[in-house]
Amino acid sequence: MLIKKAADIRSSEITPKNVYLRRREFIQAGSAALAGAGIVAAGWNAWGGDALAQGGGLPKLPNIKKSPLSTSEAPSEYQYITSYNNFYEFAPGAGDGPKKNSGKFKATPWTIEVDGLCNKPGKYQLEDFIKPFTLEERIYRFRCVEAWSFVIPWVGIPLSEFIKRAEPQGKAAYLEMTTLVDRARFPMQSTDLLEWPYKEGLRLDEANHPLTILAVGLYGEVLPAQNGAPIRLVVPWKYGFKGVKSIVRMRFVEKQPINTWQAMARNEYGFYANVNPMVDHPRWSQAREKRLPSFIANHRTEMFNGYADQVQSLYAGMDLRRNF
Amino acid sequence: MPKPITILRVALFIAALVPAALLVRGFYTNDLTANPGDYITDQTGTWILGCLFASLSITPLRRLTGWNELIKLRRMLGLFAFFYAVLHMLTWVVFVHYFEVSFMVEDVFKRPFITVGMTVFVILSMLAITSNRWSMRKLGKKWGTLHRLVYVAAIGGVIHFWWLVKADITLPRRWAVALAVLLGVRLWWWYQKRAAAPAVARRAVTSSRP
Repeated sequence: MLIKKAADIRSSEITPKNVYLRRREFIQAGSAALAGAGIVAAGWNAWGGDALAQGGGLPKLPNIKKSPLSTSEAPSEYQYITSYNNFYEFAPGAGDGPKKNSGKFKATPWTIEVDGLCNKPGKYQLEDFIKPFTLEERIYRFRCVEAWSFVIPWVGIPLSEFIKRAEPQGKAAYLEMTTLVDRARFPMQSTDLLEWPYKEGLRLDEANHPLTILAVGLYGEVLPAQNGAPIRLVVPWKYGFKGVKSIVRMRFVEKQPINTWQAMARNEYGFYANVNPMVDHPRWSQAREKRLPSFIANHRTEMFNGYADQVQSLYAGMDLRRNF
Repeated sequence: MPKPITILRVALFIAALVPAALLVRGFYTNDLTANPGDYITDQTGTWILGCLFASLSITPLRRLTGWNELIKLRRMLGLFAFFYAVLHMLTWVVFVHYFEVSFMVEDVFKRPFITVGMTVFVILSMLAITSNRWSMRKLGKKWGTLHRLVYVAAIGGVIHFWWLVKADITLPRRWAVALAVLLGVRLWWWYQKRAAAPAVARRAVTSSRP
């Protein structure tokens, strides 16, 4: 299979030019309304002047291979990636909640069950599950359905390699993945915020795509709890909610699984959830995004999150407005 | 020694400014999350409801406590609701749409929760503009009728919040319960007053309708 690498996009090309050129004007205008213009410059400098120390002091992962599938865009800062993300098992909303409420989470020991329509079902300890594969660094754009984004240096294994080893049977058309249920570790699972366990699924050809990975690390370290420790799905051309976190079960199935957000609100969230600037969320536009940290939408959203060259053939002939 | 109502008024004035002050502080300490625009929008939205509901609780509190001077707090609370509504609107204009008029127009007509939110803003603006003594005198009886729109604003505010959350309806549900209480007591009192009125008078009222 020929894997084309997408051309990297220079930030000057994606930020709407008028926004880009007027950014300082904005900073002044917007903040003046909030704070009075005089002291604003000092505040903005404090914002941008943070140390660029990366990583969170978690255990380092060994022998990570670089990947040609990584983007050359600069990764977002660790502190933002780990303090602004959705993980409803810990807290509703992307603010600091998930990070603050993840204190009691333990990722060891961790068992992953492989079952359904495959020849090699089994139960694995995480270490054994990972052992046969080489860890790779994959720097991907990450686009949340809420119109914000990051560039994230994941560490993981191609999902396709796991699938090959599990030997799916001919009837298996989808892979369903499930998050752990444990009220002691996930405080929000004591509420009916979502239907637990969180469930996601991919068509088998999507799951086998070379860009799709199971991530176990971030910035060369093991994943922090709030980002889906110890193992999560990353599908860079889809909205973030497809990336099911803290996976305990991988099941090969014949029928398309009902993913959690589709079950919650099927008019707003579909099965495919491909990043698509032309198909708005019912309550907001998907045409632009905030590359965080940012006050404003500073990027135009790209079709398939900029991975169109590599993945659009998967959806040839499909109505993406209907299959959102 | 100032009168208790004056002390209460000053205390409430300061308290109502605290959320805005915290946002300004957060801006300088880089403590508004990686998505400060959304955070400020959420906070200012919450305090519109906070101040609006506080103003709506003045009348029931007066009735329950018999402390009529509480009425002196109502306008201030309403104006604070408007103050946060202006900030909230600014976050929408600047952070959400960055002054792009076409995006804003599309938002208002295409997305019901924005339509409702904008309606509430228009109402709060009208009420704020007519909140001075001159307008009260000028409008006479019509002033009371106009200012009953505050109920529409409160209901609209809760609907706006309810429609915009993704899954967690905990907070909008709390506001809805508070709204039900505030409107419920009024309905109850109105019903009791009506029941207590002499039957003849009531019949006269009903028969006078076309």
